[in-house]
Amino acid sequence: MAAKDYLRERFMPHIWCPGCGHGIVLNNLVESIDRLGLNKNDLVLVTGIGCSARISGYVDFHTLHTIHGRALTFATGVKLARPELTLLVAMGDGDALAIGGNHFIHAARRNIDITALIMNNRTYGMTGGQHSPLTGYGMKSITAPLGNIEQAFDTMELAKAAGASFVARGTTYHVRSLQKLLTKAIRHKGFSVVEILTQCPTYFGRKTKAGTAVDMLQSYRDNTVPVGSEAKQKNPELIERGIFVQEERTEFCAAYEGIIQSSREGR
Amino acid sequence: MNCENSRDRRLLFLQGNEVCVEAALYAGLGFFAGYPITPSTEIGEQLSKRLPMLGGKFIQMEDEIASMCAIIGASLTGVKAMTATSGPGFSLKQEAIGYAVMAEIPCVIVNVQRTGPSTGLPTGVGQGDVMQSRWGTHGDHAMIVLTASNHQDVFAVTVEAFNLSETFRTPVILLFDEVIGHMREKLVLPEQGEIPLVERLKTSVKEGTNYHPYLPREDGRLPMSDFGGVHRYNVTGLFHDMWGFPTTDPNTAYELLHHLVDKIESASQRIARYNEFFLDDAESVLISYGASARSALHLVESRRAVGERLGLLELQTLWPFPAAIVRERCEHAKYIVVVEMNMGQIAQEVKKAVNDPDRVFLANRFDGNLITHRDIKNILRVIRGGGM
Repeated sequence: MAAKDYLRERFMPHIWCPGCGHGIVLNNLVESIDRLGLNKNDLVLVTGIGCSARISGYVDFHTLHTIHGRALTFATGVKLARPELTLLVAMGDGDALAIGGNHFIHAARRNIDITALIMNNRTYGMTGGQHSPLTGYGMKSITAPLGNIEQAFDTMELAKAAGASFVARGTTYHVRSLQKLLTKAIRHKGFSVVEILTQCPTYFGRKTKAGTAVDMLQSYRDNTVPVGSEAKQKNPELIERGIFVQEERTEFCAAYEGIIQSSREGR
Repeated sequence: MNCENSRDRRLLFLQGNEVCVEAALYAGLGFFAGYPITPSTEIGEQLSKRLPMLGGKFIQMEDEIASMCAIIGASLTGVKAMTATSGPGFSLKQEAIGYAVMAEIPCVIVNVQRTGPSTGLPTGVGQGDVMQSRWGTHGDHAMIVLTASNHQDVFAVTVEAFNLSETFRTPVILLFDEVIGHMREKLVLPEQGEIPLVERLKTSVKEGTNYHPYLPREDGRLPMSDFGGVHRYNVTGLFHDMWGFPTTDPNTAYELLHHLVDKIESASQRIARYNEFFLDDAESVLISYGASARSALHLVESRRAVGERLGLLELQTLWPFPAAIVRERCEHAKYIVVVEMNMGQIAQEVKKAVNDPDRVFLANRFDGNLITHRDIKNILRVIRGGGM
């Protein structure tokens, strides 16, 4: 099917700024769904609040636009109630790891079969460019005019330590590999995390002098390397992309089916 | 726990929290998410055993907010869903309760009240969440809140909570208290079919035809389509049109807020549940609910035995507040005494409801102990001009 068959034209035009990377994520997501041949009736996309959260309105799946930080918990309810559905959760960096940080680590710990996209633009875009837990030390933001004194999370390490069984990072520059990452993540049975570096020229670009959308895309090209590459050992400042974790591990809903069986057998 | 010696297998001896579980299962509960908190914990404990046996789903979430959100997600797939908590947890759930109001998603929230504010008296009884249950979430809205004073009624109002949540597509709050939750007494388990059940109203719109999830029928009800079904639509906490699409159009916003409030407020007579005792000739009327109503009834019965014209109006529906019933039943009363375990939250509503608010008095306690019939009797004496 064509990309437009997965989109709701009624919702267009989208609200994202010119140059925003979120549209690239949307396009890749839709391509992955098409490649996987999934039925739209079996797909549920859950989002929280923020620029990223608007992605749920644009796709022709069952869509649930919820409250800030809690998308994974709504998704957990849907998934446990109907395990046969495919659950996608798209979050921003603040949504997923600040207000929603607790839910993120617990969804990972449970290894519930949900694919979590963290659309990381390193800022709160919708409220005007405040720093998030992924902005990083020294960066300026609307609420850190003299520079951020907080360290950033390493999303990959956090997801890994919390127990996610699929952990990957992509960028909006590396579109072909991003589509492959998303396809693998959705196919993976368990909690899958895909962090996507996506540019916010409007706020992050301006406040940090990271430049235009093109400048930021070029920085993804120049400052990221495939995971495990030698370049990273020579230059620790480089950001790795690719698959960090891919393991078969007991999935929560499958384990719950076991509980149902045991309790019915009176064990 | 079954009564071993009883021939009647429907005769049970249970805690109020366990009665709530029996009733929820009777109503068709399929999903529970919760977080441990005193004094409601037994509800989750029991359901962790009972639900899997029935093929239902139980999950202990990482916090109270997550529990509330999980039941909303589950409800969208077509199952009846519930969570249970107490004061601090109830505070945490408020934002998501508002989401269920706005997105019109049926669910049931049990609050077994303790004394607040804050951590307060975790094992002490209280009724201080009456106003929070009404206005805890932000913005204008209507809310259905039920309570009960004995186990047969705990069962009945719990089933009713599910029925009302399905009928009106709205969260319904069961506002119990620590005494009711932990007290053990008899329950005669109703037979299947004895209490009518309201099931999810599903859309009859066929696949390929436009389904409008937020277009009320003529009777005001909104047929739903389950997530995973043939109709794909958007659910949001933003103001939205009949498709579920966000809008900032003032007319649509105005209409939606009116719909959310009117569907419940206009049905307040139908939602109103109450018990009355000796009201016909009562000179003094006690108004009470929950555990307080047990002490009030005790006093009324003992004073009637000595000829005192005392009556009791026991409220089971707290919100929408049954103002018309209160006004009518109190019309001829010389004294109206609201008996509750807070600083007068329902008393204020009674004052608003009756013609002459100066007749309304408060007999209360808020120290974590159950108000007794003696407490009420002493306050009555003062009201009538006697000394302490």
